Amino acid sequence: MSLIMPAPDRNVLDRRDEIIAALKVIVPGEGVITETAALRPYESDGLTAYRQPPMVVVLPSTVEQVSAVLKWCFENNVKVVPRGSGTSLSGGALPLEDAVLLGLSKFNRVLDINYADRTAVVQPGVTNLAITTAVEGRGFYYAPDPSSQIACSIGGNVAENSGGVHCLKYGLTTNNVLGVEIVMMDGEVIRLGGRHLDPAGLDLLGIVVGSEGLLGVVTEVTVRILPKPETARAVLLGFPTVESGGQCVADIIAAGIIPAGMEMMDKPAIHAAEAFVKAGYPLEVEALLIVELDGPAAECDYLIEEVAAIARANGAVTLRVSQNDGERLAFWAGRKAAFPAVGRISPDYYCMDGTIPRRRLPDVLKRMAEMSVKHGLAVANVFHAGDGNLHPLILYDANQPGQLERAEAFGNDILRLCVEVGGVLTGEHGVGVEKRDLMPVMFTETDLAHQQRLKCAFDPALLLNPGKVFPQLHRCAELGRMHVHHGKTAFPDIPRF
Amino acid sequence: MATLSPTTSEALCAAIAEAASKHARLEIRGGGSKADIGSPWGGAREVDILDMRKFAGIVDYDPPELVLTVGAGTPLAEIETLIAAKGQMLAFEPWDHAPVFGRAPGAATIGGVIAAGVAGPQRLSMGGARDHLLGFEAVSGRGEKFVAGAKVVKNVTGYDLPKLVAGSWGRLVALTQVTLKVLPRPRQQATMIIENQTPQQAHAAMAQAMGSHGEIAAAAYLPAAVNNGRAATLFRVQGFAPSVDARCGFLPRLLKDHGDVLRLPDADAARVWTAIRAVAPLAGSAALWRVNVPPSGGCAVVAALEPLGARWFFDWAGGLVWLTFDGDAALVRAAAEKAGGHAMLVRGPEGLRARVPGQHPRSKGVDALEARVRRAFDPAGVFETTRFGDVHAN
Ligand SMILES: Cc1cc2nc3c(=O)[nH]c(=O)nc-3n(C[C@H](O)[C@H](O)[C@H](O)COP(=O)(O)OP(=O)(O)OC[C@H]3O[C@@H](n4cnc5c(N)ncnc54)[C@H](O)[C@@H]3O)c2cc1C
Repeated sequence: MSLIMPAPDRNVLDRRDEIIAALKVIVPGEGVITETAALRPYESDGLTAYRQPPMVVVLPSTVEQVSAVLKWCFENNVKVVPRGSGTSLSGGALPLEDAVLLGLSKFNRVLDINYADRTAVVQPGVTNLAITTAVEGRGFYYAPDPSSQIACSIGGNVAENSGGVHCLKYGLTTNNVLGVEIVMMDGEVIRLGGRHLDPAGLDLLGIVVGSEGLLGVVTEVTVRILPKPETARAVLLGFPTVESGGQCVADIIAAGIIPAGMEMMDKPAIHAAEAFVKAGYPLEVEALLIVELDGPAAECDYLIEEVAAIARANGAVTLRVSQNDGERLAFWAGRKAAFPAVGRISPDYYCMDGTIPRRRLPDVLKRMAEMSVKHGLAVANVFHAGDGNLHPLILYDANQPGQLERAEAFGNDILRLCVEVGGVLTGEHGVGVEKRDLMPVMFTETDLAHQQRLKCAFDPALLLNPGKVFPQLHRCAELGRMHVHHGKTAFPDIPRF
Repeated sequence: MATLSPTTSEALCAAIAEAASKHARLEIRGGGSKADIGSPWGGAREVDILDMRKFAGIVDYDPPELVLTVGAGTPLAEIETLIAAKGQMLAFEPWDHAPVFGRAPGAATIGGVIAAGVAGPQRLSMGGARDHLLGFEAVSGRGEKFVAGAKVVKNVTGYDLPKLVAGSWGRLVALTQVTLKVLPRPRQQATMIIENQTPQQAHAAMAQAMGSHGEIAAAAYLPAAVNNGRAATLFRVQGFAPSVDARCGFLPRLLKDHGDVLRLPDADAARVWTAIRAVAPLAGSAALWRVNVPPSGGCAVVAALEPLGARWFFDWAGGLVWLTFDGDAALVRAAAEKAGGHAMLVRGPEGLRARVPGQHPRSKGVDALEARVRRAFDPAGVFETTRFGDVHAN
């Protein structure tokens, strides 16, 4: 494995028994896991290429316990890795050999629902879908809908600022969270935001969301819930070229339409999905587009015609409008199963997550095809077309020597390309360990230092989830001194960890 | 008090670094439309003005990408005109504060709007400044230029510094360039009104409408005292014509138990929302407070303060209470806190502003954390002008 993590602290490893004993005092009963076999389920998250059994797992069930665990670890210089459901695709919850893995799975209660204010207060281990389940009886839902929503926790969503197919219209997690309670590494419990809009002072809630478990452990989340749209309708479109599909997306938005979802698949993805679920997708097209409109029935009926007209003008060769919810869901079936479908045709696949300015799509797909030849690995693309978020799936076989390394190299080339055309390394999956070493492609040392000093304000000893997001661990004292003159003098190359 | 007007990022870096080395302080200023918010400078040290208006101009605008990059000193009005011509808008409805202080509008810059987290009635449904700032380029209190966020609409690479910078009131960085998300301007708008409701009735009607398929873009309540003797509960719906018509038909049925729901003539509607956005019903010189609470908390705030002379109205379905009150400031803060929110002193005589902090005091833990975060960007306290509370020692 090419990944280098911070060197384990021998002193901490030697004190394992003492650490376990101390944790058992704080979290009595079943909440401390130490057996090798029992630790194994925690050795990786959704990015299974990287594995590392944790030193010990602790599963507290109260805020007081979380606070006491963190305080003890802080005072004893022990690292902590927070974990929700372990579905991260960027290795954010990857354990460290010398760290306590702090699981939030016991925080699984919905605490309060207020329909007048349209808010729900939940514990971090509640799954994304469970929030919707809790409020749907009254006609409400929680809008961000990552594909992993049956499994992923809202705490993990907050940490990753997760999105979903509907985030073009309804926003990412950050746009739907009103407040959090967090425990900082020294055990201090603070509340940020609440059930109102906008903070009294700095928007610290805004940086905790998306901080990938580096700033604090989220122990309570207040989210905004929305009335479920009256109707939803979808149109399935096929285009003879990627260019015409991309132009159709641009024209829909230029017409003032922000669809609830707008997903594109390229030919390899269409074929994989069709072979798997028989959704009735056209196989001869180069690009398939699913456009979903939601809202009042009158609006959907009107806009579906507008979208169809735009698609026709862009030369769509397939154009099907859903006439009922069954048909709408059938259009989605292939897209929703795209990952497992690719998993069926290839022993392994590696899911990327860059974002590009949409206008660069044809160019990016062309260059990705060239890279595919160069690395000798196939790639299938699913694409949140409305917001330019690409999910190339690189097909490889981990049992073939060298293929994993080639897949990683291919993935890195794709992400560099995303940045080169004006985009970013990650649109919704987070940096984690996966894109950590690519951060300098997007940010200068000075940019990164400004981010890392924020970490120092929350966790000056760098004990919470170290080795994630940032390619170098600068001690906070060093960051404080670091000075860059006229934005030029980058500090000397410091080796990774 | 000198005014510095750097024209390049390099000059800006140098000016800030020099101020830091001299332990001087800089008040970052765009159009100055909000200069009267916060404590008048009472610091021991000299405060110079850092005028950001030279960082002006449109850098990149590609309407179908929904992204606009501009110099932070660009006037808000110029941006609005530019994007309106392409059928787009800043969905958080930023506005110019100048009239709140009896000054002529037109000077507000986008940098100031972002730094103050300014948003209008549509904040309720479309998010605030924080939700539409995608990326920025800035110089921190260390005199270093850096970037954060990006120029695409979807990005989670690194900490979300744009959120932190929106609403930071010039205490972290001097913004030189901002990238904003822009959205299509609705083709049609309509406003429905229920007259003569009490605050409680208005809140109940707004809550029901917000939880319905009416897709309310903005909801406000003007009590009789600030609306020529006739209380008005207002609902704005917008979008494509068939949708707006359907929802205008739906709302009277939905809200029939709350009273007659009528459609306001378009010209009146435009006028009333413009007034609400700029707090025109409370124009004058009385101390003006902006109280953010959960929507269900608005009624309690006004019930506590109206008998003591407060004049007020609700925006954001009751979640934003604008109120003028010349009594004890502590009462406003207590009422806001009790309702689960906070209160900002927006306008007031110098004496009051010198005594009463502009921003609502935070809990001890949050206050200490904020101070550490500020120091992370501004170790020498260059941007600490005493405008918002204490100055960290250095
Ligand atoms: C099949 C599949 C589909 C997916 N689809 C999407 C998608 O459509 N959109 C999308 O955005 N993502 C998607 N993901 C990625 C993943 O589900 C999300 O990132 C999710 O938010 C992770 O939640 P989790 O509870 O599993 O967190 P984990 O994987 O356990 O942890 C993720 C990160 O959050 C931190 N963390 C977890 N809980 C807390 C807490 N309480 N306090 C502080 N830090 C915490 C961890 O330290 C780690 O850094 C998908 C994943 C899979 C496997």
